[in-house]
Amino acid sequence: MHAPAEVRGTDTPAVRLSQVAITFALKGGGTYQAVRDINLSVGANEFVAIVGPTGCGKSTLLNAAAGLLKPSAGGTEIFGERLTGLNARAGYLFQQDALMPWKTAVDNVAVALEPKGVPRAEALARGREWLGRVGLAAFADRYPHMLSGGQRKRVALAQMLIRNPQILLMDEPFGPLDAQTRQIMGNLLLELWAQDRKAVMFVTHDLEEAIALADRVVVMSAGPAARIVGDYPVSLPRPRDIAEIRLDPAFHDIHKAIWATLRVEVQKAYAQGEGGKA
Amino acid sequence: MRRAPLIAMQVGVGLAFLILWHLLTAVPMAGGKPLFDPFFFSTPLDVLLRTWKDLVSGELWYHLGITLTETVLAFAFGAIGGIAFGFLFARREILANVFDPYIKAANALPRVVLAPIFALWFGLGIWSKVALGFTLVFFIVFFNVYQGVREVSPVVLANARMLGMNERQLLRHVYWPAALTWMFSSLHTSVGFALVGAVVGEYLGASAGLGYKIHEAESVFDVTGVFSGMLVLAIFVIVIDTFVTAIEKRLTVWRPSSGTATAQG
Repeated sequence: MHAPAEVRGTDTPAVRLSQVAITFALKGGGTYQAVRDINLSVGANEFVAIVGPTGCGKSTLLNAAAGLLKPSAGGTEIFGERLTGLNARAGYLFQQDALMPWKTAVDNVAVALEPKGVPRAEALARGREWLGRVGLAAFADRYPHMLSGGQRKRVALAQMLIRNPQILLMDEPFGPLDAQTRQIMGNLLLELWAQDRKAVMFVTHDLEEAIALADRVVVMSAGPAARIVGDYPVSLPRPRDIAEIRLDPAFHDIHKAIWATLRVEVQKAYAQGEGGKA
Repeated sequence: MRRAPLIAMQVGVGLAFLILWHLLTAVPMAGGKPLFDPFFFSTPLDVLLRTWKDLVSGELWYHLGITLTETVLAFAFGAIGGIAFGFLFARREILANVFDPYIKAANALPRVVLAPIFALWFGLGIWSKVALGFTLVFFIVFFNVYQGVREVSPVVLANARMLGMNERQLLRHVYWPAALTWMFSSLHTSVGFALVGAVVGEYLGASAGLGYKIHEAESVFDVTGVFSGMLVLAIFVIVIDTFVTAIEKRLTVWRPSSGTATAQG
């Protein structure tokens, strides 16, 4: 499905998953179907959060959009073009530490420009500038192990954003952080995102975080063979403050509506023993 | 433990050993003779005197220089070979699978048995010792680099790929530093083995070097000479090890040391 470039209007979705199914071969024979029948579009300026019970294949979906995983059925389109190989227009923020431990913070950020052919001196200058934007100017020459979990996430965020990708894929990026740091990081993310509104796919198991951040919340069913069971717009005004927006009555209504769907799936997952994580 | 008392205690252990040795071999007992015959056990003063004499006469420096040269060459060639093959095998699964039994077999072989063959091939000069050291160092570095490249964190790798890195950039920014980490973690062992290769080679057949000197003293029952050679060898190892530690510290500055806690918050 190759759409000619000129047909691409502003309403061409940044990411479009159509009829995607992903099946893994298990060790010792057999297969495990993580997700099936996934149809999901993310607009070019849209912030979409994906929630679902543990082990429902949220990350799998993200990896399909990144091109790190090849769907066993269906296809992925990026701005109307069929995705083969890695998604060069996407940046990925991992849940785990993904920084190169042998590089300082500024080197980690600057190295992201090397594949683009930016000269090293310029890359380093821009790396420092980006570290400033995420509030780490004073920590540029530290190695990852000398930074806290939240600081490492900031470096990773700068590393992803310095390449100016059009799509941001985030896999429970603030999951390992404590509650206060998560709020600070959420606000930082919203602040940076508001500057140019890239397309975002944000996976989380925290429904409140999802509503506070996103324009749309997509709910997935319990795995295996997880599907999308709900798709809710979040029409809360921007700019938002993660901590304050939770007190908004409209926030409560949205939360109530989504939780009604999500709760069923979470209970199913627990009944299966934490969702039968593969 | 604080540094000063620790050093005092370390020196104390050495002194206690020397005093005991001295009492047993140099102080006449009831029968007018020391408890241990100095012919078999020498005395600490004799050993120190001999070592001093050799140091001053310059003879020792010559032998030390030979052994050091052999050690450095064995380590350098072994490390280069180990890194090259470790990388190659880790990135080309098929090679690793095909050669697996042969590498295991070669590594299981006691390298000492090769020493006479190397002497035959490379003569009694330094190169037969370098070859022996090479066979020891190569496998240590090879296995460590192989492991290091294979066990690169999949998340770091996926992240680097998502940053758009090509194979060459991945090699430079991800695989190479990961492999070096593992190599450095075995630096002490491999430098030690380079020295073992040199000394054992000299011991089995040479015309110079510390191993040769010890062997020479042994063949005329010169126990003082043997102990003097061992003393020099021990000091030599400590000096080299200090040097390696300094290099290691410099090169692995990015690694968390077990003592420092990570910042919180």
